[in-house]
Amino acid sequence: MNNVQLRKVGKVYAGGFEAVRQISIDIPDGAFCVLVGPSGCGKSTLLRMVAGLETITSGEVAIGDKVVNALDPSERDIAMVFQNYALYPHMSVYDNMAYGLRNRGTPKPEIETRVQEAARILEIGHLLDRKPRALSGGQRQRVAMGRAIVRKPRVFLFDEPLSNLDAKLRIQMRVEIKKLQRALGITSIYVTHDQLEAMTLADMLVVMNKGKVEQMGPPLALYEKPQTTFVAGFIGAPPMNLVEVPAGGMAGLTLAHPPQVGRFILGIRPEHFQLSSEDAGPSALVVELTLTAVEAVGSETFLYGAIGGAGREIIVRVPGKADIAIGTKLRAVADAHDLHFFHAETGDRLPD
Amino acid sequence: MVQRRSLLDFLPHLVLLLGIFVLAFPVYVAFVASTWDAATIANGHMPLRPGPYFFENYYKLLFVGTSGSTREPVGGMMLNSLIMAVTIAVGKIAISLISAFAVVYFRFPFRMAAFWTIFVTLMLPVEVRIYPTYKIVADLHLLDTYAGLTIPLIASATATLLFRQFFMTVPDELVEASRIDGAGPMQFFFDTLLPLSITSIAAMFVIQFIYGWNQYLWPLLITTTDNMQTIVIGIKKMIVTQDALTEWQLAMATAILAMLPPVLVVIVMQKLFVKGLVETEK
Repeated sequence: MNNVQLRKVGKVYAGGFEAVRQISIDIPDGAFCVLVGPSGCGKSTLLRMVAGLETITSGEVAIGDKVVNALDPSERDIAMVFQNYALYPHMSVYDNMAYGLRNRGTPKPEIETRVQEAARILEIGHLLDRKPRALSGGQRQRVAMGRAIVRKPRVFLFDEPLSNLDAKLRIQMRVEIKKLQRALGITSIYVTHDQLEAMTLADMLVVMNKGKVEQMGPPLALYEKPQTTFVAGFIGAPPMNLVEVPAGGMAGLTLAHPPQVGRFILGIRPEHFQLSSEDAGPSALVVELTLTAVEAVGSETFLYGAIGGAGREIIVRVPGKADIAIGTKLRAVADAHDLHFFHAETGDRLPD
Repeated sequence: MVQRRSLLDFLPHLVLLLGIFVLAFPVYVAFVASTWDAATIANGHMPLRPGPYFFENYYKLLFVGTSGSTREPVGGMMLNSLIMAVTIAVGKIAISLISAFAVVYFRFPFRMAAFWTIFVTLMLPVEVRIYPTYKIVADLHLLDTYAGLTIPLIASATATLLFRQFFMTVPDELVEASRIDGAGPMQFFFDTLLPLSITSIAAMFVIQFIYGWNQYLWPLLITTTDNMQTIVIGIKKMIVTQDALTEWQLAMATAILAMLPPVLVVIVMQKLFVKGLVETEK
């Protein structure tokens, strides 16, 4: 079993800064776990602690039920793909991939077979004699992946591997990484700050903030039921509208069944709004908006409007094109099951 | 427009030609002097074209020696200079590489103190600490040996600093990738760091070879026998003679010979040298 367990893992740097606080995650064998969060949330530190590149201040990291806290990176049977690829510039692509195997004393024919196989999977067979500097960004990325897979490790670690690529290539490589991970079935931990990358890759998504886990689970579960306003604002693009509603209600915003807590935060995704007319039937949420900006992206249009004409600005998504003038008064409605309520102070989800 | 451009093209070339002339003319005169006999030079009307004594002068110099001043042939001096320059250059590079590696990649107690100690020695060249250094070398019975000639000049902060700066630009991820690939510290040093440093090493070799080759004061102090003389001292000895006529044609030939090895080193290593000073690709 190549599961990875983090048990109350913590990291305190020499200066006293607590980068990672008591994190426990259980990643099953073969799962693709994505750590996502804003920069400085401790996700890379956590990954590097699993790799053994960073010491573990407290708690335990176990790979395949064996605690690896005291083991060197090379003894943990992991492979890592770095953001800047970290290919050895003076070695050919072949040597880059073979280096780790040679250091482990793998017999030559075996190295040859494994490198050729990895090159075939990644379609870099024709590049084996080249030096990294003669490769494009996408090719370097593939070589870095190749270096990881020839080792046949128990765990793959990815540290923002796609952030140095241009947008188009990033999407292409994202799909390939996912396919490759599926095909090889190797437990993977992937760090990114890109929520879209996180959503599309993950079997198991972990949203981190300030060194703590905000929420973890299947990506769609996090999308549908964010447990905190942080997750609500982080997952989805554009992010969920979060409106703080004071105890007495808010001008221009009508809720059919407001939670009985006084002040609260209402969350609603832009894509869950519909525009409606005055005489339509009652809805769980009705918002009166004055249009302030329009963003058309072709397949859909994002309308920015101020609640009640002057209040907080929210985003409403409408499919297709919308030809509406700025300053127009709109009426947006949403269903009850698309509404999220959060505690005004803690930001935690209120019980439904 | 066209005229203005040709004028703009011409001016830099003129300046460059002037510069080359100023630099090269004395060298040319030295070469010409080395191809005449002593009498022609001494009468003050040496022509500015090479004379007929080229082979005679150089043969005498390399294998026989001057009649009065230096006794030993210059061939031996060149060998001494070569041994000194190469030992100093190689020694400096080897020690500097290892100490820079230690300072950059290892966290040991008083690491920064060690680094600053190395740094401070920049302010203490041999000339400043010449008496204590001489005393130590003399007490170790290293006078008139290659070891005495080279070891005090090998300790060097400049090369350590250069390699430290270079190592600090090597991405941390390479170290981490090496660790994950199962390479130990020394394996990382030899497999990754050294191949990456080749151009810096070449640049350092050129600089340090010339530094070693041009040493004057230290060899003058430390060598007492004729067979340990270096060529730079040889030139000096040939020129300052009270009781004999200065054999200018031989002194000039020695100067020309003394120039050749550094020039050769620069030419051979030029490509790597320039790369080492300007290249940033990692």
